[in-house]
Amino acid sequence: MHELGITQGILSIALEKANEVQASKVTKINLVIGELSGVVDECVQFYFDLLSKDTIAAQASLSFERTPNKLRCRSCATVFSPNNLDWACPNCHEAKIEIISGRECYVDSIEVD
Amino acid sequence: MGVKVLTILEDILGANAEKARRNQDQLDKHGILTVNVMSSPGAGKTSLLLQTISRLKQKARIGVIEGDVASTIDAENIKKQGVPVIQINIPGGCHLDANMIENALNNLPLGDIDLLLIENVGNLICPAEFALGEHKRVMLLSLPEGDDKPYKYPLMFTEADVVLINKIDLLPYMEFNIPAFHKAVTGLNPKAKILPVSCKTGEGLEDWFSWLLDEMRKMRRGGSVAC
Repeated sequence: MHELGITQGILSIALEKANEVQASKVTKINLVIGELSGVVDECVQFYFDLLSKDTIAAQASLSFERTPNKLRCRSCATVFSPNNLDWACPNCHEAKIEIISGRECYVDSIEVD
Repeated sequence: MGVKVLTILEDILGANAEKARRNQDQLDKHGILTVNVMSSPGAGKTSLLLQTISRLKQKARIGVIEGDVASTIDAENIKKQGVPVIQINIPGGCHLDANMIENALNNLPLGDIDLLLIENVGNLICPAEFALGEHKRVMLLSLPEGDDKPYKYPLMFTEADVVLINKIDLLPYMEFNIPAFHKAVTGLNPKAKILPVSCKTGEGLEDWFSWLLDEMRKMRRGGSVAC
C-alpha cells in the first residue's frame, strides 16, 4: 500500500550506489521483498517508471525475489508456512509464533554500466 | 565499461529508520515520552486522545501530532483542549513517516511537553512499517472490527506495546470473542499489554492512564524507554 515511499527508497539507494562507482547507467535492480510486506510489484514498477525518468536508472529492469512467510512456533520450535487465517503450529497446534521470514524489504544488488 | 553487479543489501526503508532514530534522540533529549497511536479509521484514536488529554493535562504537559489524509477536524477538537497540536495532511498518503514527524517537531514547543501523542493515519497496514521515532506503539481495535484482525494484519499486532480493545461497551451487542482475541494477540506478541476500554463510557481507561503515567515516570528516571 505504501509503494510510492518504497519506490523512492529503491531509486535513491540505486542512484547513490551507482554514483559512488561513477556508473553511466543502472540496468537492473534486484529486490528482495517478503510476502508479509504487502508490496505490490506492478505498483512499484509503475512508480519506478515515473520517478526514474530523467535519471541514469531510467528503463532499469526491476527483479523481485519474493521470500515466503515463515513462522516458528514458540512452544515446540517447528518452522512452518501458515495458510491464510491459520497461524497455529501444525505440530503442537499452539498459536504462539514468531515471524522469521516474510518481512524482508531490501535492495539486494544493482547492475550498472 | 561492461556490466558490473554491485552488492547492496540495503533496507529500502533504511533512510526512514535513520531519521526516526534522530527524532528519538531529540525526544530523549527533551525527556518527551512519545506514543504512536495506530488503528483503522473510526476505531477511536481521536476519542482516546481527547479522553487522555482531559484526564492527564493536570499531571503532564501534552502535545499532539495529528495525521490525516484530509481536513483539520481532529486538530481543531484537540486544540479546544488547550494543548499544542500540529496537523499533518497527506493527500493520497496512507501513513506518517519520520520526515513528517521531524518537520512537526520543529514546530512544537519541545521544552514544554512531557508526553507527545501521535495519531497516525487510520490504516492497519502501512503505519506498522514506518518508525517515527516513538518510544511506544499503541494499537486500538474496536469491537465492531471483529476478533480475527490479528490474523489478517499480523504486523500491526506484532509491533504494538499496548493493544486497546475499544468500544467495549458494545460487547452485549457484538459477536466478539475476547478470549480468542487475547490468544491471537499474545500468540503473535507475548509482550503486548491488552486493555479493554470504552472511550465513550470511560470504562477501563484508568488502566490506560496508569500505564502512560508509569511510562512517563520510567522516562524521567532512566532516559529513553524505547523497546
